[in-house]
Amino acid sequence: MIQTDILIIGAGPCGLFTVFEAGLLKLRCHLVDALPQAGGQCSEIYPKKPIYDIPAYPSILAGDLVDQLMEQAAPFEPGFTLGERAEEIEKDEEGQFILTTNRGTKHRAPIIAIAGGLGCFEPRKPPVEGLANFEDHGVEYIIKDPEFYRDKKVVISGGGDSALDWAIFLAEGVAKEVTLVHRRTEFRGHLDSVQKVMDHASEGRIRLMTNAEVVEVQGEADLQSVVIKKKEEGMHTLETDHWVPLFGLSPKLGPIADWNLNITKNAVEVDTFDYSTNVPGIYAIGDINSYPGKLKLILCGFHEATLMVQSAFKRIYPDKNLVLKYTTVNGVNGF
Amino acid sequence: MENTIRIQVQDREGQLHDIDGPTDMGMNMMELCRSAELPVEGTCGGMAMCASCHMYVDSDHALPPKSDDEEDMLDEAFFVEDNSRLGCQIHLSNDLDGLKVKLAPVGN
Repeated sequence: MIQTDILIIGAGPCGLFTVFEAGLLKLRCHLVDALPQAGGQCSEIYPKKPIYDIPAYPSILAGDLVDQLMEQAAPFEPGFTLGERAEEIEKDEEGQFILTTNRGTKHRAPIIAIAGGLGCFEPRKPPVEGLANFEDHGVEYIIKDPEFYRDKKVVISGGGDSALDWAIFLAEGVAKEVTLVHRRTEFRGHLDSVQKVMDHASEGRIRLMTNAEVVEVQGEADLQSVVIKKKEEGMHTLETDHWVPLFGLSPKLGPIADWNLNITKNAVEVDTFDYSTNVPGIYAIGDINSYPGKLKLILCGFHEATLMVQSAFKRIYPDKNLVLKYTTVNGVNGF
Repeated sequence: MENTIRIQVQDREGQLHDIDGPTDMGMNMMELCRSAELPVEGTCGGMAMCASCHMYVDSDHALPPKSDDEEDMLDEAFFVEDNSRLGCQIHLSNDLDGLKVKLAPVGN
């Protein structure tokens, strides 16, 4: 069981800055994020994009902003549970929250701060009828262990780097048969990956189907074949053991929706006094919250985090008085 | 009105919405739909990085060609047709008066 003072759900910019502000009040933080790295959208979607509205930074790359926030938080030794989705919360007899992730990791804290941004990033699932029936029965959205596909027939869909890289990897002596299906003839992956796929295709190691998409899945309990629609030629049924659609990630609110919080339009309603939700002890900050006048900006999230930790402190230590201290006077005293 | 164009958006239920769009505010179709409270997420904020503003262009207005970024992102969208565009990449200008678009279905 991981014990902390503030359990932050979401390790994006807002969650990371919370660690700093909480640390100034001697509160410890632990962050949980479904992505395998910290930084949220900034790392996952647009690390190389410049942001122009962070005060005092005329321009900063999103990835660099995350690095700076990590550095700023470091003296307060935040803990991380990455690559795991916050799944369930309950309260124990002492009134502390117990949060369990999808992998069963348990965390305990008197305060939960949801800084979940747009939600958790999950693979985009193609709108193919009955697809869910074959999940883990031949349809996978992520390749975890390539050995799983040894001597199997595999169909991969997508035109990005992950589709290209896995097609290449599996075609080089792992899978029995690799088919790559893509919507158009151009690929957006790295040029050398594209070239490698073309080479494998001309030598018969990858069956390349462009201007094509998988439109149907067939089988009994396990996947047996997919139907591929080619733009010019029509339908084509292909026997396969696996179909791996790789269409990137998109954010979903996820399990938070079941935590009895007041939610409107995929956002958690909060009181702007301290960004508390309707559940005492649970706060929501950053892009995931909603209140009159809300703007989804990183700088607003920083402000919300700062006010939120003051309120969290008073909940944890109702008898202690809190005086605002300036870092210019006291410096930053880490743990 | 000067610097205002009229655009028709068909929502996912088939209902038509006539929206006045300003051409002097640096707006795009994703933002216009959001400002009219139509169900367009615009998750990435308009960087052609999420495809949540995927729409079909139903009138024959001459739109600037798709950038590589837009094409790449459409690879990750579903229900893509020849007239598919990302709304965030369609910038409102006076020659788009009368533009007709239809919101694409939302994937899972």
